[in-house]
Amino acid sequence: MNGVRKGYVRPLDLRQGRVDMTHGSGGRAMAQLIEELFTSRLGNAYLGQGNDAAVLPIPPGRLVMSTDAHVVSPLFFPGGDIGCLSVHGTINDVAVMGATPLYLAASFILEEGFPLGDLARIVESMAAAAGDAAVPVVTGDTKVVQKGMGDGVYITTTGVGVVAEGQELSGDRARPGDRIIVSGSIGEHGMAIMAQRESIGFAAPIVSDTAALHGLIAAMRASGAAIRALRDPTRGGVATTLNEIARQSGVGMMLQESALPVQAEVAAACEFLGLDPLYVANEGKLLAIVALEDADSLLAAMHAHPLGQRAALIGTVHRDAQHFVQMTTAFGGRRIVDWLTGEQLPRIC
Amino acid sequence: MRFIDEFRDGELARGLAAAIRQHARGDRDYHFMEFCGGHTHAISRYGVTDLLPGHVRMIHGPGCPVCVLPIGRIDMAIRLVREAGVTLCSYGDPMRVPASDGLSLLKAKAALGRAGVGGVGGDIRMIYSGADALTLAQRNPQRQVVFFAIGFETTTPPTAVLIKQARALGLGNFSVLCCHVLTPSAIASILESPEVRQWGTVPLDGFIGPAHVSTIIGTRPYEFFAEEYRKPVVIAGFEPLDVMQAILMLIEQVNSGRAVVENEFSRAVTRDGNRKAQDLVAEVFELRRSFAWRGLGELPYSALRIRREFADFDAERRFAVGYEAVADHPACECGAILRGVKRPQECRIFGSVCTPENPIGSCMVSSEGACAAHYSFGRFTDLAEAP
Repeated sequence: MNGVRKGYVRPLDLRQGRVDMTHGSGGRAMAQLIEELFTSRLGNAYLGQGNDAAVLPIPPGRLVMSTDAHVVSPLFFPGGDIGCLSVHGTINDVAVMGATPLYLAASFILEEGFPLGDLARIVESMAAAAGDAAVPVVTGDTKVVQKGMGDGVYITTTGVGVVAEGQELSGDRARPGDRIIVSGSIGEHGMAIMAQRESIGFAAPIVSDTAALHGLIAAMRASGAAIRALRDPTRGGVATTLNEIARQSGVGMMLQESALPVQAEVAAACEFLGLDPLYVANEGKLLAIVALEDADSLLAAMHAHPLGQRAALIGTVHRDAQHFVQMTTAFGGRRIVDWLTGEQLPRIC
Repeated sequence: MRFIDEFRDGELARGLAAAIRQHARGDRDYHFMEFCGGHTHAISRYGVTDLLPGHVRMIHGPGCPVCVLPIGRIDMAIRLVREAGVTLCSYGDPMRVPASDGLSLLKAKAALGRAGVGGVGGDIRMIYSGADALTLAQRNPQRQVVFFAIGFETTTPPTAVLIKQARALGLGNFSVLCCHVLTPSAIASILESPEVRQWGTVPLDGFIGPAHVSTIIGTRPYEFFAEEYRKPVVIAGFEPLDVMQAILMLIEQVNSGRAVVENEFSRAVTRDGNRKAQDLVAEVFELRRSFAWRGLGELPYSALRIRREFADFDAERRFAVGYEAVADHPACECGAILRGVKRPQECRIFGSVCTPENPIGSCMVSSEGACAAHYSFGRFTDLAEAP
């Protein structure tokens, strides 16, 4: 075996080729897959070293780390795919802690038979998302499972970042009187997936909002507003995220239904499928809890950023021993906005 | 959104609320039952109760297909999977209804082995439409696929279509576990109950009649109740303004001593209903002599079964599974709640032992169930009621 030259005799066939068990065996096929399909696209100095782990410089501050598995079906959807989703999702989890995201790790579980061309598209999408966000994928892993034991590809990404001392954002810091802001219209990611699955056609298709939010968050922090907590309302949607914060902080919340930004197409698709946009996943939106006196300046800062143009004040925090999230309906009544029960939309991210 | 927002307009709601306050006499109470879970859901979700004066009370009815399904029927579905090894296709809501032995379809699904890989063993799938079950049967000719068909008259015609399609396709591996039930029987059962008829413990001044069911059966079947029992019926749509308009119409009937069937949902419902759908149902289904309902017990001629001509597509005949009655959880008040005798918050285990995450009774399962609707949307009001 030692006599084989470094260059591979035949490049990967991205048009017809498929993942097979040898691509996970640790042998030459795996090395070729990693080099030709992953490293070449995600290329950066750390990944290029080809070591088992990346050795990274870290600026001063506290380390923030988060990990997220992605199992979305379908893998390609209007507005994105599992590749960019897996980059955005983890960057956002790090960024909502107030941290600057620095590096990503990615691990792939590939199903035997998965087209290499699709895998290349996914990795290209990851590379583009990581490049735009300036957060490189510095290390990774691939495993192959037998046909029928996976669903094409699952991607887990882990992100690290740093946050300066004294910067405290946490879900337990909401106080009575605070205001609740959402960075834009809600429910687009979940409904983009669902409309595709259920073949609901619209003149303009619903496009996933998947996006990296650290730029918007940096602009929000630069405004100097007293932000208590940030969180990205992914699975379970705005309703579930606000319930988490209400419980962590031991407060109640009151939302105004008429203030919630929802695109007409999303509202229509939700109506059609019997879903509530408050419970539908977002992948490029955030909720901010902010001190009353800074709500206006924070909103202005958000409106000035491309990802915050439709930011809206949607509610207030108040004292409530039961930690209920309630809503004044546009109809004029009042109701609870409860935790999500059961599984509204499976395999959404 | 056109044709939706118009029926949820806050301004119009305030106008209707003012009219209700004006017409509701101060010297008496009004008790109306909204029959359908769709109405229950709308009332809770939009906070309609907040717009009503205190002496106009809504009683939740039994019109939630998941809620009225007795434990024994879920057990039948699970037995089909475990003993006959079928692929059972169910809508999402029935999946969480508690069955015997601490099971539900969801739990039974989790406990099953990797079905389908070796072609043996049962399997449970959640579907969004009965047509998905038919497609599954076509794609997997080696598996027996059973559609768990539940629902009132609205969902019955689509099941009839499926059965006729299966016959046209010559599918030998598709059948239906038919649990379709009939609205008028449930209304009759409530009106005949001792709580309403003899003891007067459930004051009932009128009904908000079904929306979607009535698009199929029309308004005629309710005329008997209005005449015989002297109860006003107003057929209403599922939007919150429909509900408020219907309440106002009921109040006016009560005040003037009338008891007739009125149709608020005239944009979709006629007196005779959808004849074509009725014919389709009559072609495929026939009345059962008796059917067990949760809460209401065995009701004569209250449900449908598949006609002998379509026996090949009847899972009860194909797999010879019988219904066995199972008692409800002793502390569960679903029965009384479905009859309007109790309110969800009057159940001892409401919100403590029984929650949407861990439902003990069926009314806590579906979003149309009285308990789930009250828990999810309205339970903050209980705290205000507490002394």
